[in-house]
Parts: sequence; C-alpha cells; structure tokens
Amino acid sequence: MIMGELWPYLVMVLVGFLPNEVWRWLGLVLARGLDERSEIVVWVRAVATAILAGVIAKLTLFPPGALAGVPLSVRLASIVIGFVAFFLLRRSVLLGVAVGEVVLVAGALLVGL
Amino acid sequence: MNASPESLSDSPSGSTPDSTLHAFAAGLKAGITSAFIFVTIGTFIGIGALAHDFGFSLAWAVIGTVLIWAAPAQVILMTMMAGGAPLVEIAFATALSGVRLLPMVISTVPMLRGPRTRGYHLIFTAHFIAVAMWVEAWRLLPGVPRENRVVYLNGMGTSFCTVAAVSTVAGFFLAALLPTVLTAALLMLTPLAFLMSVTANARALADRLALPLGLVLGPVLAAYQVQFDLLWSGVIGGTLAYGAHRFRSARS
Repeated sequence: MIMGELWPYLVMVLVGFLPNEVWRWLGLVLARGLDERSEIVVWVRAVATAILAGVIAKLTLFPPGALAGVPLSVRLASIVIGFVAFFLLRRSVLLGVAVGEVVLVAGALLVGL
Repeated sequence: MNASPESLSDSPSGSTPDSTLHAFAAGLKAGITSAFIFVTIGTFIGIGALAHDFGFSLAWAVIGTVLIWAAPAQVILMTMMAGGAPLVEIAFATALSGVRLLPMVISTVPMLRGPRTRGYHLIFTAHFIAVAMWVEAWRLLPGVPRENRVVYLNGMGTSFCTVAAVSTVAGFFLAALLPTVLTAALLMLTPLAFLMSVTANARALADRLALPLGLVLGPVLAAYQVQFDLLWSGVIGGTLAYGAHRFRSARS
C-alpha cells in the first residue's frame, strides 16, 4: 500500500517538522517586538530544557536496541563519569562525550558483552 | 547589539565586500572548520543509529535530518513514534522542544537584516538555525560585511546540514554492521552529547534547575506509566524552575 509507505513521512511532517519549524517562522515575525529576556521566553525555555532532560534520562534508563544489552550500572557510569569529565575538561562537549563513550565500551567489555 | 563590527574579523571574508559566491564559499568553509562540526557528526551518527534500531528506514532518517534539522525533535519523534504515543502528544512534545529555537532566531535576525534583505531569504536561513549554528553565527557574523551575512550563514548551514545528513547515513549503516558493543556506544552518543550541550547552554537559573528536574521527573513519570510523561515532566519541571527564578528575582 502506498499509504502504508507514506504514513511515516506524513507523521514526520505533521508532528515532527511543522511543530518544530513554526518556532523559526514565529521568530522571524517576532524579531522586532519581543525581548529575548521576557518572562514568557524564560518559562518556555525552562519547559523545553526539562523535556529534553527527560528524553536524555529515558534514553539512558530505558534505552532502545543494542544499548539495552549494556547493564544499567555501566550506562549510568558512562553518563556520570562523562559529565564529570566535561566539567573538569573546561566544559568541552567533545571531550566529555569521548570519556563517556570510553567508559561505556570498557564497561561493556568488562561484563563480557 | 548591531555594533561591534570589526572585533572578531578572523573570518576569511574579512572586511571587503565580497561577491555572493565568495561569501557562500567562506560560509561553507567556516562550517566545515567549526569545532561544533565534531559534535554535529557525533550527534547525527547517534540519530542514524537510533533510527536503525527503532526500525525506521534510511530515507526517513535522512529526510528527517534535513527537514526537521533539530536533533532533540528528531529523537523525541522517533522515541515516541516507536513507543506508539498519540500523534497529539508527539506534536506537543516536539513543539515544546522547538521553543528554544524561537529566542535563537529572534536574536540572530537583527544581525542579518540589511537594506536589501528579502523575507524569503530569511525563511531559508532561519531553517538552518539550531544550537551549533546559533553559537557560530554570534561568533563569526560580526566579521562578515552586513550585505553578505545571509549568504554566508546559508553557506555555513549547508555545511552543517550536509555533514549531518552524511553522518545520519553513516550511523544507520554502522548500527547495522558493527558488533553489539560499538552499536551500543553509538546509541549512547545521543544522551551524552545532549546532556553536555544542554548543560553548556544553560546559563540562566531557570534552565540550570530545569535540567536536573527533567532528568528525575522524566523517568519517574515514565516508570509510573503516566500518560504524556515527557510533556508533564517538561511542564512541571520547567514551571518549578521558573518559579525559583521568579522567587530569586523578587528577593533581589
């Protein structure tokens, strides 16, 4: 069925692309009026940050596919040690991620994955 | 904030009024040589791997990268579609995750606007604006002549977007080919890179509090199988964090 094949793309446009892109269009419209530090912007940014944090935690605790085979303790060690390394290494995202990845691979190999 | 023109002019297009093509090429180069290109590669390899392990097609994953051009919205979309969430909930969650683009676009447009800037030029450019692009725009645009800035940013966006699309393809195939341990490592890229780039960008008190609140609330609500768990963790965590911000503002 054509519809069956197109359905994931339609879903992407309707609930992935449009709800996200609308903020860029709105940004163009509001660029003259709204102050970046207005209270409503502070609140929506905090809500957006909390949602993203929820996604990060869910991906770590209830992961998809191959990551689910890695023990929870190793996943947590990866994210905690990576996060500490990020702060110690001058808040470098690149180095923090690299350390977290090394911990994950080393931990997974240690438990015999 | 339209001032400070010559302070950061280490960009190749310097202060001479370049041709359009030259400005685009300079933007391309600025994108490829940006430190954020590595973070982009890592993030979108993770997106490709995630798409593979959730069972989406390669074409769907790559189109998602170019069309949505916002890794958080893509991760939310895939996670929730795979979990069978109602479409309304997905739309709310991606919309809320995209709110952060609003202040980024609003704060970038005044740097781009010139006497001959057309509206449709900016719609294209605004699509490219995401965290890394926004940071680099603020660093590099002051060194670019105003009339070339839109073209320059389009060049930079083309670099970032192309690299991200190629990385999505790479991640998709790597997830299929690699041994389990390395596939798991690819999937871990997304939470690691997100946690750190969100932390790096969280300067305001409300953002710094919203992060740990969301980290705790998200999985707790999910574990109790609360409907719209991500949405609720966002609204509750974000509002609590905002309340703390208001409380401190009132005190000082």
